[in-house]
Amino acid sequence: MGLTQDIGAATIDGLAYLGGLTRLAGAATRAMFGELFRERKLPFGRAIHQGMAVGVKALPILSLISFFVGMILALQAAYELRRLGALQFVASAVAISVTRELGPLMTAILVIGRSGSAFAAELGTMKVNEEIDALETMAVDPVRFLVVPKLLAMLIMMPCLTIWADTMGVMGGALFGVTNAGFTLGTYVHATMDALALRDIVTGLIKSLMFALVITMVGCQEGFRTGLGSEEVGKSTTSAVVMSIFLVILVDLLFTMLFYFGVTG
Amino acid sequence: MSGEVRAEPKTPVPAIEVRNLRVAYGEREILHGVSFEVRAGETMVILGGSGSGKSTLLRTLAGLEQPSSGEIRIRGKDLRTLSPEGWHELRTRMGISFQSGALFGSMTVGENVALPLEEHTHLDESTIDIMVRLKLEQVGLRGYEDYFPAQLSGGMKKRAAVARAMAMDPEILLFDEPSAGLDPIIAAGVDELLLKLKEAFKITIVVVTHELASAFLIADRMILVDKGNIVAVGTPTEMKASTQPRVRQFLDRVPEPEMAQELDYLQVLTGGVVPLRQ
Repeated sequence: MGLTQDIGAATIDGLAYLGGLTRLAGAATRAMFGELFRERKLPFGRAIHQGMAVGVKALPILSLISFFVGMILALQAAYELRRLGALQFVASAVAISVTRELGPLMTAILVIGRSGSAFAAELGTMKVNEEIDALETMAVDPVRFLVVPKLLAMLIMMPCLTIWADTMGVMGGALFGVTNAGFTLGTYVHATMDALALRDIVTGLIKSLMFALVITMVGCQEGFRTGLGSEEVGKSTTSAVVMSIFLVILVDLLFTMLFYFGVTG
Repeated sequence: MSGEVRAEPKTPVPAIEVRNLRVAYGEREILHGVSFEVRAGETMVILGGSGSGKSTLLRTLAGLEQPSSGEIRIRGKDLRTLSPEGWHELRTRMGISFQSGALFGSMTVGENVALPLEEHTHLDESTIDIMVRLKLEQVGLRGYEDYFPAQLSGGMKKRAAVARAMAMDPEILLFDEPSAGLDPIIAAGVDELLLKLKEAFKITIVVVTHELASAFLIADRMILVDKGNIVAVGTPTEMKASTQPRVRQFLDRVPEPEMAQELDYLQVLTGGVVPLRQ
């Protein structure tokens, strides 16, 4: 009985959490489009500032990680392909895995660590310092003022970062291909282009947009829900990272299933 | 309801009118049905110890907490029936200075003060700049427009928060613990600023504090809140002359003996209240 109750309570909590995320996403989307019709718009600099933090500053570490992941993929694929005498397929194996799956996913994990956590910490600190209350008492919508610039920056930056991660992943694979699989850089890139369909890249980009939405909403919701005291900010930040990783993987699964069954079903 | 003493209002519509207000956080009720009113143009100080419910009262007046029952009327408008547009209008007419200052750390002092003007007026940028300089000058922070809140001292932060609260020329100003955490000299400076604002702009001011010296200096009338009830209302002179045990204990700074606490409280609730107006 106890176990059943616990499962029931956890399910209700989970659904309530998702409900909260959906409400926040709805409010942020409304505010974002509403901004187009406002006479006095939010300074665009706020979104650019967020975009710099989310995107541009993430480039060096994202490049390194994606490059290494591309190399690892090539090495792992080469084990089996060499046995089958099909080492020339290493380029297509890397290209498809990176663009469809690992590029968007690695980018999302990195952005969760860098920006999702930062959103929760920023809003959590503002909550503790009564800054969110101050916005409300000044009749300034906190969702519009705080969430919209972050969402806009994420929706623009995540696909860009994903394309960059795809490219660097392919380059990582190319390093292996050129040094160990008899490719030249030209033939490796050619093999990659042959292997890829536009659909592979587009599905990856659609996923990246969904990840952007999930990471922003979870980070902001955790920030807004921060309790009193600085200790709570730490808890919100941790929750934001754990919950974002879980939901990104879940969304990834859902979309991968959708694309798979959408094509084969 | 405890034995509060309420003076007859001199104006037909009080700036703030509170009737039987109850506020609860979950199961725990913080305010147990308080009633009072604040007249237009007066400075009302809400006194009370830590955990008395005075900050909750202020937050409820600001619309940040929902009452579980009771009525709040601000400038004659019932907050329960206020439309979103009504709230918007009310909030542009009311300024709040939070205990911590609550300045936005990522924005300069000037940008903080400019925010309400940018959001709610059609003024052009240069006019807003002039207004910001004017507001900062009123609180003695001329030349600090480009500083970030982290670069200011505690007293300066409070002053900047007052400038932001004053940005829209509000009719009502709410202050949460304006002198808490400040040294006596800086705290006296903040008190002086409040007096100056009141004198210059005839604003209705509600101040929540537990600092007695500050309260007696700035108040036209004061309320003593204790354990979620109002135990006394009166002018500073009436408060000083009060023989009500809870008022005396608070004003004379008598520590609360653990054993006597409930008995003392019971006395307040059951008629140990002495009218403040003689």
